[in-house]
Amino acid sequence: MTNLNTPQTNSHAGLIGLGIYRPSKVVPNSEIVDAIDSSDEWIRERSGIIERRFASADETAASMGAIAAKNALVDAKLSADQIDVVLVATFSHRYQTPSAAAEVAATIGANNASAFDISAACAGFCYGIGIADALVRAGSAKNVLVIGTEKLSDIIDMTDRGTAFIFADGAGAVVVSKTDKQGISPTVWGADGNAREAIIMQPDSVTAGKEGVPSLLTMQGQAVFRWAVGSMGDVCHQALEASGLTADELKAFVPHQANIRITDAIVKRFNFPQSVVIAKDIETAGNTSAASIPLALHALREAGQVKKGDPFLMVGFGAGLAFASQVALVP
Amino acid sequence: MSQQDILAGLAAIVNEVAGIPAESVAMDKSFVDDLDVDSLSMVEVVMACEDKFGVTIPDSEVKNLNTVGDAVNYILANK
Repeated sequence: MTNLNTPQTNSHAGLIGLGIYRPSKVVPNSEIVDAIDSSDEWIRERSGIIERRFASADETAASMGAIAAKNALVDAKLSADQIDVVLVATFSHRYQTPSAAAEVAATIGANNASAFDISAACAGFCYGIGIADALVRAGSAKNVLVIGTEKLSDIIDMTDRGTAFIFADGAGAVVVSKTDKQGISPTVWGADGNAREAIIMQPDSVTAGKEGVPSLLTMQGQAVFRWAVGSMGDVCHQALEASGLTADELKAFVPHQANIRITDAIVKRFNFPQSVVIAKDIETAGNTSAASIPLALHALREAGQVKKGDPFLMVGFGAGLAFASQVALVP
Repeated sequence: MSQQDILAGLAAIVNEVAGIPAESVAMDKSFVDDLDVDSLSMVEVVMACEDKFGVTIPDSEVKNLNTVGDAVNYILANK
């Protein structure tokens, strides 16, 4: 039997750079409330959101992702031509094909990179970390850019009381590379396609095109809340156990910034020690889906609440119903 | 477990989830209109009831639980 070569594997992978992009336009609740017959207080109570950012008309998920990626390269002290793979997690890229990743790679000059998108919605960033970790340790890549970027303001119904005040725009990126010690724990992940209608774009894009109506994000808020609160604590426990750390060794918990009420309920069920910092970037960033974890991590690092090398637990969850969680060391 | 036991247990849950005094949680009170339990807190109340009373309360049933009495009677009939 003929035997073929395999790549030379690497022992360890970790995060070595972090960069973000927040659109300049700040949108307070007061600009959202009229169309949904609501109030600032109602939005804050139900989501924790005080304000969010919306991208300008000429910005896209890909253009914002490229800026975050460039910032991550600076942070990692790498040049774009050293990147082997560009992964973009998004569900608000304008094209089914070609990928946002191909556009980002071209924009930043990652001319030696393969490029593809991950469709795992709000779990997409953690899916990307898991994939990048595997690619690097398997020897398929030395340096991988993982980017979460969303322009959700393009696909939300501003008259829908269930979604209009929640979703927002932004981008975050990390570089995953070969490292001396392991900086990413095994990924605990999964999906439940039986519940795919809980968060779904309606109508589908083909029907929308034929009928000339927009395909917009819809969500069964109570069902999603119940799933997230009921399941993500266990998923986090599994990820923490797989990492070999204990909860008191964590410096921060950086969940997908879905809704402060979901974060609070997961935190309560998980019973984190007081010493663990809980990321609450949603208060000023809204829910930016695949971008929310790197944005929240960056905010903690900027505020000095975590520093390079600190272990943090992240968990992404959303449409699909896809979820993923792992511990990583702060770049 | 009697109706009174379930009411007491539910009142403790509503107090824990939404901070409402347990003595306000009476059979004729509406969760939304009288007790100001919002839709997400209601989900937490339902999940806590499932854990505490060993019942299953599907999403499709939650919308029928308008009053405390509705919830108590559902739990009594299905536990």
